[in-house]
Amino acid sequence: MRVRTLVTLAVLLLVSVTTYMTVGARGNWEFLLSFRGTKLAAIVLIAISVSTSTVLFQTVARNRILTPSIMGFDALYVLMFTLGVFFMGAHSFLTIAPVTQYFVSLLLMVGVALALFGTLLLQAREDIMRMMLTGVILAAFFRSLTSLITRIIDPNEFGYIQVASFARFNQIDADLLSISAVLCGVCLLIAWRIRHRLDVLALGREAAINLGENPRRGVIEVLILVAVLVSVSTAFVGPIAFLGLLVVSIAHRVWPTASHGVLLPVAAAVSIITLVGGQAILERVLHSAVPLIVIVDFLGGILFLYLILMRSHR
Amino acid sequence: MISISNLSYYYDRKLILKNINLQIPKGVVTALIGANGAGKSTLLSLIARLISCQQGRITVDDLEVGSCPTSELATRLSILPQVPEVTTRLSVAELVAFGRYPYNRGRKSPEDETIIANAVELFELQDVRRRSLDTLSGGQRQRALLAMIFAQDTDYLLLDEPLNNLDIAGSRKLMTLVRTLAAEHGKTIVIVLHDINYACAYADWIVTMVDGETGPIGEPNKLVTRELIENVFNTDADVHSVGGRPLVAV
Repeated sequence: MRVRTLVTLAVLLLVSVTTYMTVGARGNWEFLLSFRGTKLAAIVLIAISVSTSTVLFQTVARNRILTPSIMGFDALYVLMFTLGVFFMGAHSFLTIAPVTQYFVSLLLMVGVALALFGTLLLQAREDIMRMMLTGVILAAFFRSLTSLITRIIDPNEFGYIQVASFARFNQIDADLLSISAVLCGVCLLIAWRIRHRLDVLALGREAAINLGENPRRGVIEVLILVAVLVSVSTAFVGPIAFLGLLVVSIAHRVWPTASHGVLLPVAAAVSIITLVGGQAILERVLHSAVPLIVIVDFLGGILFLYLILMRSHR
Repeated sequence: MISISNLSYYYDRKLILKNINLQIPKGVVTALIGANGAGKSTLLSLIARLISCQQGRITVDDLEVGSCPTSELATRLSILPQVPEVTTRLSVAELVAFGRYPYNRGRKSPEDETIIANAVELFELQDVRRRSLDTLSGGQRQRALLAMIFAQDTDYLLLDEPLNNLDIAGSRKLMTLVRTLAAEHGKTIVIVLHDINYACAYADWIVTMVDGETGPIGEPNKLVTRELIENVFNTDADVHSVGGRPLVAV
């Protein structure tokens, strides 16, 4: 059964990638491959970031309903970005090297995420309802603050923020791709290396202490990874609310396991299939103008409601 | 030996443990008994570093709890918490395998497999080893958790009210296993028990706790009397002697 799941995932992965790369291709192959290849690389990067950050967050939060997006992580990134533009002005913010720009938002993001979500996770993680409410309120707060700033900001600068605040898969900034790939790569490598520790942290605070792990340190390390991964994907495509929830729930369904050594790659595969396959079908087969993210969020939103209403499993 | 000196603990400015000085001997089963809220579980949680020490000192052999590396302590001392919050999707074999984590950091060796298999066998879990925890009965789940800390192979095992929600058959089976661990595997076991009769029947040594302080300490047949029950539990119950050991009439 495991073999069948593995083969199915591999085949779907291959089909979605080849469909995306080849269907409807006309003209110069060299140009086409590099053009589509860049976009594909970006989408794969985002897919893995989203699935991994969701798995990591769910492990330390110890439930399967909350995700970084639902808790307001990506709203926080947009806010940090907006604050950067607000205080430095779009012109100077844009003229500083993208790397610096990136790292300023990133550092702010990691700091604030640790302060807010660190306290929350260390204090209230047994209380899912309190976590969920706090997350919803924080997300709303970040969004209102962002919109307040965008109202008082220069209209030209507003345009720049707007680009950052909406999900998009079609304009991928190639400059950002290499930095993001490196950052993401490092985070994913760390996540993979601590997979056994994650298994232990998932057992709960007391069991983790008993086995010699320090849950507090684990939560902080995981939150840093999540903050970086969310920043990377949000910087690229803007906030995607329910993608993480959707793909990780599917991963749990197709391959129920408590081992992060299995869960992380399976969730990543499901995530890539969903994004690349979905994009391929929409763009190349249906020639639809509907952004993929609208569909993903629609399905994810329904799943979220279903999970809350059922609440049978954590 | 676990030795505790001048240990006090406050929660919400309320004194939960008052200046506890206690030595827990090695190789025997020590039962902690006392009324609800006497501080038994708090004491156990402090020894197992589930909550951090505020005042006083706890040492386990040569390791001082709180200052020694927590991963090192995990190879010497293990705890079965009162309400284990373990994810229910794990299978029994997977749960027991976690007991080896302090040694192998998640990379199982053939030797680990043997230890895990032995633990599964000792706790009579062969038939359910592939089942997930949420499909087990209370007694089976408790045995699975105990098998995990047995696989952890620590000298000291702390059990916080392991008989909660177990019927008489499950309780007796578990306590018999606890005795086996001490007698045949040389483990030191500290167990919080609600029912003093189980303490009399299965423990070598009883430590009583009253209002956050340690009360009388000793072997069951010398310690447990009508007066002791009166002082510790604040109720008058007859104590009979049956087969050379005390039996509290309830």
